[in-house]
Amino acid sequence: MDSETTSQQPKTSQVETKPKLNPNNRSFKLQAENIDVFYDDFQAIKDISLDIVENSITAFIGPSGCGKSTFLRLFNRMNDNIDGFHMNGKILIDNKNIYDESIKVEELRKKVGMVFQKPNPFPKSIYENVAYGLRIQGVKDEEFIENRVIESLKQATLYSEIEDNLDKQALSLSGGQQQRLCIARALAVKPSVLLMDEPTSALDPISSGKIEDLIHELKKEFTIVIVTHNMQQAARVSDNTAFLYMGNLVEYGDTQKIFTNPEKDRTQNYITGRFG
Amino acid sequence: MNNAKFNRLKDKAFKYTGIIASISGIVVLAIFIGFVIYMGVQRLSWDFIVQLPSRFAEESGIYTAWMGTVWIMVFTTLISFPLGVGAGIYLEEYAPENRWSKFLEINISNLASVPSIIYGLLGLGVFVRMMQMGNSILAGALTLSLLILPIIIVSTREAIKAVPSSIRDASNALGASKWQTIWHQILPASFGGILTGVILALSRAIGETAPLIVVGALVYVPFAPQNPLDEFTVLPVQIYNWVSRPQEEFIINAAAAIIVLLGITFIMNGIAVYLRNKWQSKMEW
Repeated sequence: MDSETTSQQPKTSQVETKPKLNPNNRSFKLQAENIDVFYDDFQAIKDISLDIVENSITAFIGPSGCGKSTFLRLFNRMNDNIDGFHMNGKILIDNKNIYDESIKVEELRKKVGMVFQKPNPFPKSIYENVAYGLRIQGVKDEEFIENRVIESLKQATLYSEIEDNLDKQALSLSGGQQQRLCIARALAVKPSVLLMDEPTSALDPISSGKIEDLIHELKKEFTIVIVTHNMQQAARVSDNTAFLYMGNLVEYGDTQKIFTNPEKDRTQNYITGRFG
Repeated sequence: MNNAKFNRLKDKAFKYTGIIASISGIVVLAIFIGFVIYMGVQRLSWDFIVQLPSRFAEESGIYTAWMGTVWIMVFTTLISFPLGVGAGIYLEEYAPENRWSKFLEINISNLASVPSIIYGLLGLGVFVRMMQMGNSILAGALTLSLLILPIIIVSTREAIKAVPSSIRDASNALGASKWQTIWHQILPASFGGILTGVILALSRAIGETAPLIVVGALVYVPFAPQNPLDEFTVLPVQIYNWVSRPQEEFIINAAAAIIVLLGITFIMNGIAVYLRNKWQSKMEW
């Protein structure tokens, strides 16, 4: 997990300052270079290049079907199994092309965690949900697993609500708790990148608020990319925002600028709700 | 008569047709079971279950028959469960989407509806003669396995399909390999459905007569089988034999044996229903 050590370097002192799209000394964690994605003949992503700064939150916004989820899922290769999927271009994580033949997908996904639209805990206990990532890696040390489970649950701000019920069936939790459990589950394998595909769209406003606070907190340790339909959410949580439309990257930049003074008319129209 | 009235009449007519259709099925079944119990229950006793068959109806028991059934079912399960579930997992999870797998898929569904006597002839040709197993339990179990394999494969696939893809995504996204996802998530989540399918398939196998007669199940076996290469008889074959005798006493024996066979089948179906309910209540997405 070399990526982790790089994120712990002195650079983190800059986390407090507002990250710029092109920071001076902070490295790019994720880089997309000239990405085209096709599903059979349909082109879902059209020549997108975009760099994402370490320890920042980047939001992908755009109308349904614009390709933002497809784009997000490139970073942990979750599109690979979809029928008819093929692509051109490179995705670099820590300067390594993750679509290179030498990359093992399982190893990649340990570094790049993902949280889905609908909370999807396994039909197991809370404890076993969080422990799953470690167990499939072959970790046998039960004490180590237990510590990591508790640490992850705390990090996901869920521990205080369920600390006496770790053996309870995960599906008995509320929707918001389930989603935080899914975040804890992703954190337990110590990724350095966290992908979130509309993580609050199935939740009520209060649960959504908790998740947003949590995302803010997690930024200190993780590079977060979030797809969202909720414009206010993008404005609230993200440092940078990318607006996608029909597979094109229309505009990408500082969130505040995108939401107050976008360069393109189309962006303006979308964020003010005139279409989409 | 106006239109609305006419429609309401049609509604009623359909409802009563449906009721009559349902009831006639149930009534016929009830009459049949009632008749069998009425005939056979007098003969049911511990002796009947533990006695060897005999020329004399009163001394005849079903010991060898149900022992044969147990042997056959154990081996059929051992053969068909891993093969059927394995094939189901392969077809659902690993097989590439191409013409070949489509062809395979259609043929497996078709195999489920092939008459059982055909499987009997296949078993006779391949297992009994070509592989020289003779009229053995193994040959019979292999034949019945072939018969129920398609059912198990299809129900395994259905059970796997019913697992929401979000579970698969979650496991994959944590870095699980394909096999880890299948083993730790897909199979536990679909196991209730798979088991239900297997038990229903086995309860079909337990009542099969024709293929086993073709394979060479004997009607008179004086000893319970000791190993899988022994000759055998099974309950349905024993029943078939007794029913074809002219003496009234043997008919009564047959009725009693039917009660035992029905009892076993009902118990197996009951287990299937129980498992399905148990797993379903556990798996609420």
